[in-house]
Amino acid sequence: MTITVDGINKRFGKFQALNNVSLDIPEGKLTALLGPSGSGKTTLLRIIAGLESADSGRVSFSGKDVTKLHVRDRNIGFVFQHYALFRHMTVAQNIAFGLDSLPRKQRPSKADIQKRVGELLEMIQLPHLANRFPAQLSGGQKQRVALARSIATRPKILLLDEPFGALDAKVRKDLRRWLRNLHDEFHFTSIFVTHDQEEALELSDQVVVMSQGNVEQVNEPTELYARPDSRFVFDFLGQVNVLSGEVKHSRLTQGSAWVTIPGIEHQGNAQLYLRPHEVRLATAPAAHANLPLRIEAVSLIGSEVRVELRPEGWESEGSDNIWEVGISHAEFNQQRPTRGDLRYAVPEVGHLFTGKDTQPVTVNWDEADLSPRIRLIN
Amino acid sequence: MNSPHSSRHRRVGDSPLVKWLLISIAVATAVALLIVPLIVIFFEALGAGWGTLADNLSDQYTLHAIGLTLFVAALTVPLNLIFGTALAWLVTRFRFPGRKLLITLIDIPFAVSPVVAGLLYLLLYGRNGWVGSWLTDYDMQLMFSWPGIVMVTVFVTCPFVARELIPLMQQQGSEEEEAGVVLGASGWRIFRTITLPNIKWALIYGVVLTNARAVGEFGAVSVVSGNIRGQTNTLPLHVELLYQDYNIVGAFASASLLAGIAVFTLAVKGFVEWRQTRTLNRLQTEEAA
Repeated sequence: MTITVDGINKRFGKFQALNNVSLDIPEGKLTALLGPSGSGKTTLLRIIAGLESADSGRVSFSGKDVTKLHVRDRNIGFVFQHYALFRHMTVAQNIAFGLDSLPRKQRPSKADIQKRVGELLEMIQLPHLANRFPAQLSGGQKQRVALARSIATRPKILLLDEPFGALDAKVRKDLRRWLRNLHDEFHFTSIFVTHDQEEALELSDQVVVMSQGNVEQVNEPTELYARPDSRFVFDFLGQVNVLSGEVKHSRLTQGSAWVTIPGIEHQGNAQLYLRPHEVRLATAPAAHANLPLRIEAVSLIGSEVRVELRPEGWESEGSDNIWEVGISHAEFNQQRPTRGDLRYAVPEVGHLFTGKDTQPVTVNWDEADLSPRIRLIN
Repeated sequence: MNSPHSSRHRRVGDSPLVKWLLISIAVATAVALLIVPLIVIFFEALGAGWGTLADNLSDQYTLHAIGLTLFVAALTVPLNLIFGTALAWLVTRFRFPGRKLLITLIDIPFAVSPVVAGLLYLLLYGRNGWVGSWLTDYDMQLMFSWPGIVMVTVFVTCPFVARELIPLMQQQGSEEEEAGVVLGASGWRIFRTITLPNIKWALIYGVVLTNARAVGEFGAVSVVSGNIRGQTNTLPLHVELLYQDYNIVGAFASASLLAGIAVFTLAVKGFVEWRQTRTLNRLQTEEAA
């Protein structure tokens, strides 16, 4: 089932929660609604579910207008952030609730309901907890029961509101993988809300980035990361280092820092965005860039060594005034950067926003002094 | 040595002198103001023996007062049960302008003296009152008869159920009900299988308090009842009448009934609270296990 959202507006008092939002959710795909809190993602999900009504606009499932259809009759699965299990019912009763609520004519027999609950309990690997109450379960178990409950009536659409938000990191990772498998097996059209970029990029087929009630960009995860459409998406997706300054004679300058931008005609304000992996650290300034930084912290955990640096004689954009650069463990072992050392950031690829433009221009320092590492790859 | 329980690290108010002083004041107050009067009531009522007590209680006017009191409570409690639940549902599940004001208005019966409430009803619904004079044309009399007594009792006791439910329902939120409706349950089914079990004990508590107050209400009822013996006399009014007739033993006999109801109410209240704590504790220990 495809989901179409057309010109949705929603206001809470003076707050514009959704501003003329239109979206197409493809059938059988897992779509993420990604955005910071207050971006309207949960409101949009609740309007699609029918738990909230829009001030104007339409929602349709596979071309059929459901805007006026009651939640009860939309036949969707909905998973709440805090599980919303019925605390006075056992796990089995919780899962059976949707089937028990069907009108008499469609309701399966008691034995069939019991059988279906048994299957679902097997699927979530909790058959031994059938007679427990929700308060006796761990967070991860609760969320699995909530999922089983939501799909008991075999809905075509599955909506999840921050489904892993209240879980710890390890459980969250397991459940993510499990949800992906579940989705691939049953071919729902699924939408899940999250503020976690990693979760959105890892889990989904399509990401909808939202900000202040607007849709900023819709794309596949890999495309989204490689080609952000706006400063907001750039900022929001992963760590980014920003040099904000004045361009004069093909050179972006701020304080003691400068970067040569080959072939630029623009004069005036500009911001250069650099991802942590698009920057190299050197002990001396390069021919095309002078970005002195002092090392603040070094974190060895993970597949890359993360170095945090503070600008020396200039300022980075953003509240924390910190740049982050990722280097390989091999490089780390060679150079042994330690706190207090002075280093020069050497950009290899960058994204330049000039003036009030919302679209960046990709900058390549191909002919400039490239590290041997990059040259080898090219 | 650095144990927080060592005598050097005393908590505030932990000195034995302060502790025992506070305990004695609390106990003395409770004994003088609560326990002794309660014992005296039963003592006086039984002073002339069980036989006299039975005689006093089986007096025809006393029996009528008991009957009227139970009748009023039997009407008041269900009315306020429905009203309180509906009101709590309204203010915790919906957002609308004036919602905060409504929550404040619920407390008016607590803030207004019952006598004032009685007078207001008399002014409005009495024979010469705004609504009352119109009703008189249709030969309906509310004041100085049982409908008036029920009306003021409903007024005085209407906050109890709502006050118990609102904080609980606010804390529980509406997610479970939303989950129910997404799963296709009808409104009635959601109320019966999800909401009601969640608020059951608070509801019972509210009903117990409403009942206790409905049975014991004096001020408002005395204004609108007219104190007609054998007709509009409730048990608390009856106690006063007997006392004014210098029938001290009879007054205490009826008073002991009211006190008995109070003690019973406390027992039920204690049980309900104990049930709630026990369920909570059990869930917590099982979770920890």
